[in-house]
Amino acid sequence: MTNPSLQKTPMPELDPDTRSRCFEEVALGYTEEMAKEEAGRCLQCKHKPCMNGCPVSVHIPAFIEKVAAGEFEEAYEIIKSTNSLPAVCGRVCPQETQCEAKCVRGIKGESVGIGRLERFVADYHMKHSTASGEKPVPNGHKVAVVGSGPASLTCAGDLAKLGYGVSVFEAFHTAGGVLMYGIPQFRLPKEVVQAEIDQLKELGVEINTNMVIGKVLSVDELFDMGFEAVFVGTGAGLPSFMGIEGEGLVGVYSANEFLTRINLMKAYRGDYDTPIIHSRRVAVVGGGNVAMDAARCARRLGAEEVSIIYRRSEAEMPARLEEIHHAKEEGIAFKMLTNPVRINGDEQSRVVSLTCVKMELGEPDASGRRRPEPIEGSEFDVEADAVIIAIGNTPNPLIRSTTPGVEANRRGCLVVNEETLETTRPGVFAGGDAVTGAATVILAMGAGKKAAQSIDAYLRKNQI
Amino acid sequence: MFEIKRKRVLNPQMTEMTVAAPYIAKKAQAGQFIILRVNETGERIPLTIADYDREAGTINIIYQIVGKTTMLLNTLEEGDCIQDVVGPLGAASELSEIRRAAVIGGGTGCAIAYPQAKALHAQGSQVTMIAGFRSQELIILADEMKAVSDKLVIMTDDGSNGQKGFVTNALQSEIDAGADFDAVIAIGPLPMMKAVSELTRGYGIKTIVSMNSLMIDGTGMCGGCRVTVGGETKFACVDGPDFDGHLVDFDEAMKRGSMYRKEEEDCREAFRCRLTGGHCHHD
Repeated sequence: MTNPSLQKTPMPELDPDTRSRCFEEVALGYTEEMAKEEAGRCLQCKHKPCMNGCPVSVHIPAFIEKVAAGEFEEAYEIIKSTNSLPAVCGRVCPQETQCEAKCVRGIKGESVGIGRLERFVADYHMKHSTASGEKPVPNGHKVAVVGSGPASLTCAGDLAKLGYGVSVFEAFHTAGGVLMYGIPQFRLPKEVVQAEIDQLKELGVEINTNMVIGKVLSVDELFDMGFEAVFVGTGAGLPSFMGIEGEGLVGVYSANEFLTRINLMKAYRGDYDTPIIHSRRVAVVGGGNVAMDAARCARRLGAEEVSIIYRRSEAEMPARLEEIHHAKEEGIAFKMLTNPVRINGDEQSRVVSLTCVKMELGEPDASGRRRPEPIEGSEFDVEADAVIIAIGNTPNPLIRSTTPGVEANRRGCLVVNEETLETTRPGVFAGGDAVTGAATVILAMGAGKKAAQSIDAYLRKNQI
Repeated sequence: MFEIKRKRVLNPQMTEMTVAAPYIAKKAQAGQFIILRVNETGERIPLTIADYDREAGTINIIYQIVGKTTMLLNTLEEGDCIQDVVGPLGAASELSEIRRAAVIGGGTGCAIAYPQAKALHAQGSQVTMIAGFRSQELIILADEMKAVSDKLVIMTDDGSNGQKGFVTNALQSEIDAGADFDAVIAIGPLPMMKAVSELTRGYGIKTIVSMNSLMIDGTGMCGGCRVTVGGETKFACVDGPDFDGHLVDFDEAMKRGSMYRKEEEDCREAFRCRLTGGHCHHD
């Protein structure tokens, strides 16, 4: 019996007032009843359009059918067979532009809440399962994975399932990459990420932290150590600045620095030593999810006024609608069609304000979005004692500058064969933001999955 | 975990630790640094690799006990472990072209200047080492510095070692006496590096300074360590830590260095309370 409701079963959430003063997770997750109710909305389409929208090809109707039947562990097995990180994906995937965008129920009414169901199933498993998964039989071959973000973890997990001995090398003291340092606790609890990583360890994946490949070991040395293939999933971690006057002032952060201090280094907790400035008025420059995350973190640290400053209009914002909605609920001000031209400081070089210019939208640019153009004479000041620059990141040059034979394009992204994700150097594969430039968790996971298949094919071929 | 093999008190404020870190020891070069985290709740701080022993698989770090993290680090003894040590980070110093160098260290900066002098000495360059301290009892590494330099001048602010004055006074004397340096390497507090750079600018002597900026990751990710060099934004962790002293915007760097002064002071005082059992002004 299909549930005829045109709307998704609502997701329980912490109320905006409570949550804007703490780092507790905002979306609380479905109960078993809610999950079954929502699963009942799935039409079980024969042609499974939703699956085409999933970069890691989760068997969506099949797992939802199990949820509807209350067979949650079975549902988990189905998801887990193609997706290494379901608790993460259920929370941070932009389902509205992927699986849910293709859902037939979305034609008239809201699509099935596929992401919410995925999250429910993953959380249910974490809470109830005690069974440790079967360890794959080792095949005697070793693969090194550089970086430990979503692309790397997916690649590592898939290779480990095939029996490879996988060693992950992470520069930070904690594995997880952007899932740990970037996405905040209230959107993706770090305990959830850690649990997913622990599952990989149970599969036999070895995690080596504090290892900056390109510095302490080169890719060549990894091959010398007996690794037969290397996957590079080092992400896009180099923050872009605007190049305007005043970016060196005290109180100006890259979003990376601000978020890392809070998420990885837990500056919001009294029991950690990481310092952070508690500001009163915070201006966040940028319109993506990272900007929303930074703004919402600033709010939770106690800032009275937090504004998002974006040079285009809200319609062009790259952030997920849900994130924009949550940010607004938490009292973040949106200053659209506004572009900073200068950051102003006091005698102690502390930020006091931003001088901005009003923008208007002209003809579409290369990105297909209407190009913002400054309106002459429209300069005005926005008071701020902290400015967070969240205008994007580019790939870190460390691997490409220390690995002979690995080429990058003009933007610093590694060049790969699109079919195999092999770089210009045989045996070295790459995927995720290191190849595409800053994108999403799930696209990186899709790439990690594809690379694992290619690495397996490459190593099998080499053995013949 | 990284075991402390040896702990040596250099003066009442400075301590040297020899730490087992075989991978780092194998690759370390003069001018590079590590980032450490003392324990699970600790912050990450950068420290220069003061020395290394590739065969023993150890690196040496020297720290001045100034804040909570260094106080905490100093509670560890031989046989204890540091939670995290990552490195070697930063670009190695480019010393191969230098034939006659003045290597200048100020205070803890001597710990960073020493490996540079050692590398220069090892490649056969002439090394004049100038070290500055506030007073005689704070002098560190005197024997080590002497062993790797052709001439060692130690200055004290208060003249307690018989040589009163700043490192710039000593450098000026050397230049006046006809020393023909093709490079000056200055490492120490920002005002000292600024003063040295201003002095050498007039003589057109290439001057290299080492920027010990605030940073988190040390791989170019946070941008917290950015310094303006010749009008361009550079990251001390990957583009440096060495930069041309004549191009660095020291004034901006000094202000950025004080970014967390209040938070650091609060944190240190709270920790001092715990160490001393509550005898502090927070009571």
